[in-house]
Amino acid sequence: MAMLEVKNLHVKYGVIEAIKGIDFTVNKGEVIALIGANGAGKTTILHTVSGLITPSEGTITFEGKDITRTPGHKIVSMGMAHVPEGRRVFQSLSVLDNLKMGAFTRKDKREIADTLDMVYTRFPRLAERKNQPAGTLSGGEQQMLAMGRALMSHPSIILMDEPSMGLSPIFVNEIFDIIKEESKRGTTVLLVEQNARKALSIADRAYVLETGRIALSGDAKTLLNNDEVKKAYLGE
Amino acid sequence: MAFLSYLINGISLGAVYAIIALGYTMVYGIAKMLNFAHGDVIMVGCYTVFSVVSMMHLPVWLGILLSIVVCTVLGVTIEAVAYRPLRQASSSLTVLITAIGVSYLLQNLALLIFGANTKAFTSVVPIKAVKIGDKLTITGETIVTVLACIIIMIVLTLFVNRTKAGRAMLAVSEDKGAAQLMGINVNRTISLTFAIGSALAAVAGVLLCSAYPSLTPYTGSMPGIKAFVAAVFGGIGSIPGAFIGGIILGIIENLSKAYISSQLADAIVFMVLIIVLMVKPTGILGKKIQEKV
Repeated sequence: MAMLEVKNLHVKYGVIEAIKGIDFTVNKGEVIALIGANGAGKTTILHTVSGLITPSEGTITFEGKDITRTPGHKIVSMGMAHVPEGRRVFQSLSVLDNLKMGAFTRKDKREIADTLDMVYTRFPRLAERKNQPAGTLSGGEQQMLAMGRALMSHPSIILMDEPSMGLSPIFVNEIFDIIKEESKRGTTVLLVEQNARKALSIADRAYVLETGRIALSGDAKTLLNNDEVKKAYLGE
Repeated sequence: MAFLSYLINGISLGAVYAIIALGYTMVYGIAKMLNFAHGDVIMVGCYTVFSVVSMMHLPVWLGILLSIVVCTVLGVTIEAVAYRPLRQASSSLTVLITAIGVSYLLQNLALLIFGANTKAFTSVVPIKAVKIGDKLTITGETIVTVLACIIIMIVLTLFVNRTKAGRAMLAVSEDKGAAQLMGINVNRTISLTFAIGSALAAVAGVLLCSAYPSLTPYTGSMPGIKAFVAAVFGGIGSIPGAFIGGIILGIIENLSKAYISSQLADAIVFMVLIIVLMVKPTGILGKKIQEKV
């Protein structure tokens, strides 16, 4: 059974239809990439899935439950975490407080402490800087913090919006390695990326978006060798 | 001795401003809006105490309790009915104008119900004045006001930093969208902020009317604006800033009244605001966060 199933999704901003009827599925354990140019609607899709935007039409099913009209704050405790575009860490709060904020919906203090240890092991740099205000971290570190913060809610699926945006090539590689590792540990990942080559190299399957519609979809390796994709998104 | 007495009265007035300013600053920090109806919530609180204590002759504690309940419900209702539907509005000006509208609505409702005549408010403070030496007298109102202000400050700071609801407020004040992605109910957090701010307005109203016992539908308006000045002065969005801003404003106002001119006191207060904002635009304790992208 699909973990996340999106059917006939339409999203409107006022009179403008940003998403014009898309279907996709994410199965448990998969890394799924949504790729496409600026303005294709990638971020809108993630916002709609995690409940920040309500669609005008269509259904979103997560682990068998219809979450189409579920408010965003309730979706987190169902096991979905969202690493937003531009990190959106709480700038004035310390790294530790940011991570604690990620565990807002959880109650068991022991379990939260265990997850915090796990996040610190995975991102040693966050442990080193735990008392520093998040706003003073570099872009790459903030991305790590945003990912760590998402992990604090103990999600079964993570939505990631442009994790490589604005990062140096070294950090881009590091971030993608982390996503790969996370996936190996059993977390399902829905990844939105403009860096199509990187995204396709770690994804199992991918959907190519063009102005609110899915233009192509399939196995990531196949798409990587697809002539259309190569020309439009890989610059070959 | 006279100076000390003016100073103490200034601190007392400033403590009232500080309590009102806390409501302004918390609402601004979290909902990013200026609730210009905040001052009029104070007035509603005063009329509630007046009705219960002076008209119905019920005990004072009941009057204060009812005043807090009425103001809290009023604040939450105003937010839900008038401000929440506009939260997605393209311009923050829309909410600001609505707040001014709500302010006039409350004033005119009070005018309709209680009339324009000044009502004599009976002080609800049972403590007698304390005499120090021959000339210095500290009124019971001053003692209660300053104590109340300090207690409120401490409790609020602890609440924001130590409780889950308080942490939610911090998150919402920084980034509503990100807060929601943490599983925080943004609407409920904003409602709670209005509830706390309005309950504080009720407390401030009771203290203000006990010290200056004349009540009209416009009673809350000027203290409301001065408290807003105090909040900006201390750095809007900052809880200790509201406290410091309020106290300093009260002292400046009272000393100006005593030594310069009672007619010019308000003008001086606003002039000091302008000067402070020119020198330090974020206010005394206003934060300026360095952002890295």
